[in-house]
Amino acid sequence: MSIESRSPPPQFAFRLKRALGGRAGWGGFALQVVFVVVLIWIGYEIVANARLNLETQHITSGFGFLKNTAGFDVSQNLIPYSGSDPYTQVFLVGLLNTLLVSVIGIFFATLIGFVVALCRLSPNWLLSRIGGAYVEAVRNIPVLFQILFWYLAVLAALPGPRQSISLFGSFFLSNRGLIIPKPVGEPGLPPFALALLIAIVAWLILHRYARRQLFEKGRSITIWPYALGMLIGLPLVASLVFGAPVIFEIPALKGFNFAGGSRVIPEFVALTVALSTYTAAFIAEIVRAGIMSVHRGQMEAGLSLGLSRGSVLRLIVVPQAMRVILPPLTNQYLNLTKNSSLAVAIGYPDLVSVFAGTTLSQTGQAIEIIAITMGVYLAISLITSAVMSFYGWRISRSLGA
Amino acid sequence: MKRVSLVFSLALAASLSAQTAHAQALKTVKDRGMLSCGVSQGLPGFSTPDDKGNWTGIDVDICRAIAAAIFDDASKIKFVPLSAKDRFTALQSGEIDVLSRNTTWTLSRDTSLGANFTGVTYYDGQGFLVKKSLKVNSALELNSASVCVQTGTTTEQNLADYFKGNNMKYEVIAFVGADETVKAYESGRCDVFTSDVSQLYAERLKLSNPGDHVVLPEVISKEPLGPMVRHGDDQWFDIVKWVLFAMVDAEEMGVTQKNVDEMSKSDKPDLKRAFGTDGNLGEQLGLTKDWFYRVIKAVGNYGESFDRNVGAGSKLQIARGLNQLWNKGGIQYAPPIR
Repeated sequence: MSIESRSPPPQFAFRLKRALGGRAGWGGFALQVVFVVVLIWIGYEIVANARLNLETQHITSGFGFLKNTAGFDVSQNLIPYSGSDPYTQVFLVGLLNTLLVSVIGIFFATLIGFVVALCRLSPNWLLSRIGGAYVEAVRNIPVLFQILFWYLAVLAALPGPRQSISLFGSFFLSNRGLIIPKPVGEPGLPPFALALLIAIVAWLILHRYARRQLFEKGRSITIWPYALGMLIGLPLVASLVFGAPVIFEIPALKGFNFAGGSRVIPEFVALTVALSTYTAAFIAEIVRAGIMSVHRGQMEAGLSLGLSRGSVLRLIVVPQAMRVILPPLTNQYLNLTKNSSLAVAIGYPDLVSVFAGTTLSQTGQAIEIIAITMGVYLAISLITSAVMSFYGWRISRSLGA
Repeated sequence: MKRVSLVFSLALAASLSAQTAHAQALKTVKDRGMLSCGVSQGLPGFSTPDDKGNWTGIDVDICRAIAAAIFDDASKIKFVPLSAKDRFTALQSGEIDVLSRNTTWTLSRDTSLGANFTGVTYYDGQGFLVKKSLKVNSALELNSASVCVQTGTTTEQNLADYFKGNNMKYEVIAFVGADETVKAYESGRCDVFTSDVSQLYAERLKLSNPGDHVVLPEVISKEPLGPMVRHGDDQWFDIVKWVLFAMVDAEEMGVTQKNVDEMSKSDKPDLKRAFGTDGNLGEQLGLTKDWFYRVIKAVGNYGESFDRNVGAGSKLQIARGLNQLWNKGGIQYAPPIR
């Protein structure tokens, strides 16, 4: 086919053909249309047939059950909840419990992971061997066993509430969990919070100013004594003027358990510790790979400029390593979130336990509940990915600049 | 555990989207040559496997009786152990033909699950198991206690109702399996283990020192336990229902596993009807004339099954109580075979 130079080919139609049908042209496009239609038809048949059969077997379907009263209690609820609330509230309680474990687990997994990676990379023989041993030991044992180990071997070995280990007569550790004094707000709380807020804002402004001075005029200003003074001083003044911001409710043994105070249940501790130590082993390897991917010359160049080893790591090596670290790190965050559903093994009331477990068996609406639960995990994972992608985009932008 | 329920849910979605006509359970079972029976994961007295994999228990006997009535062979059964929360999905998806797993008959379960209860194999109630060392004599002294419970049961709701009704506070820790629940109770994570009273006696045997634990006198709920079948197959519903009635009627008529051969030659009209020497009642059910004989020959009458599994002849030593026949002070009553 020859193209005449005087009359250009129908560009729009050609592009459309390439976009829709690829190299195969219109034939390929038709094939794709047929494929999509068949897919939609199969999906429709599955849904319609399931509906019909649910009706003929008189199995209740639909989402009306969410408004019904749950009628059972949950051991850890971040929002007010009682047995007379509807299933929607149970769903929220379970979701928040899942998110709590995930967020705290991700925080500690990242922290431990970075520390272990730095240990492994350290020139110190002992530190690097300890880091290596940690990674090899922890990542090679199934996470379910680790959860059960922490729950049944470590935390269950704690004494009962009447023989609990006491710290200053206000912290109590027993097999019912860690009971700590609960802060109760006083009239002095709003001024205290305001003072703290002002201090933080002032600190941030000071920080920006110091950075600008450094970048523009090459002057290094030490700001931390001022910042610390403000962060402590301002709230202190506020509480001296307006009275104490909080008083603490001291827990006391009453009946079978402690009354008053806040409680961290052992199921939560076991799950969080197991998930964060397990995931940390993988994160450590990812961070190590990321740091090793940065050329030696970067480190040497930084050191030759007179920066300390820590500054070189923080300012030069880690930002470049982050480009390599981020995608697999996101994977680990998603894994941790999904692994939190192993909570059912130790009775931690996460989403799978209270919603896809108790609610499912009380209402019997398996299809709806499993669909909602899968949708929620998908949404959590997609949001996590989106946040991490945004972070990655910012890093590559700042490195490119 | 999560995976199992996911598998059942997917199976449910798949089977519901695949099957169109009403499944004829009896024909399916006959074609397969085997009854698929959903039981517990191990509850002494009700359904529990021994070290050779032989299942025994009062719930298991119901399945054996059904298999005997169909195949004249009480061993043609595939037992499917199910957790409390997976049991209904397994029944709905057609994974099992009958669910005989200490399941409480309630209105919502009878209607919204697409399944029917066929009768009551055991009249139970919910109670509390505590350590003797706590020196608790009544459930009303349990304010502020931590309570271990198995999730996916009516127990969780009864518990909430009881503590709320008596203005008491408590902490609930819910586990998926009975074994994990008992382990948490034994390790001291909870002060109380709550479940159906029969189950408390059964689980107490598994504790390292059963004598240190006591079942409190309060029974806080009605828990009639019975088998379930899917909606929409009345013939199968009748068979499962009448197999249990046959066992209860046999006890009332004095027919036992030992004397069944002798009794089948009896001239008494009610026995002749039951054994099929007069009329064709078994065939009306879709079974054979000698269905009654087959059932009793295989598992014995209701009283024998009760004694062997949970009563005087077992380790559990549970008194007949409500489960005694209606004419002996209990409420077990079966319609007549005629």
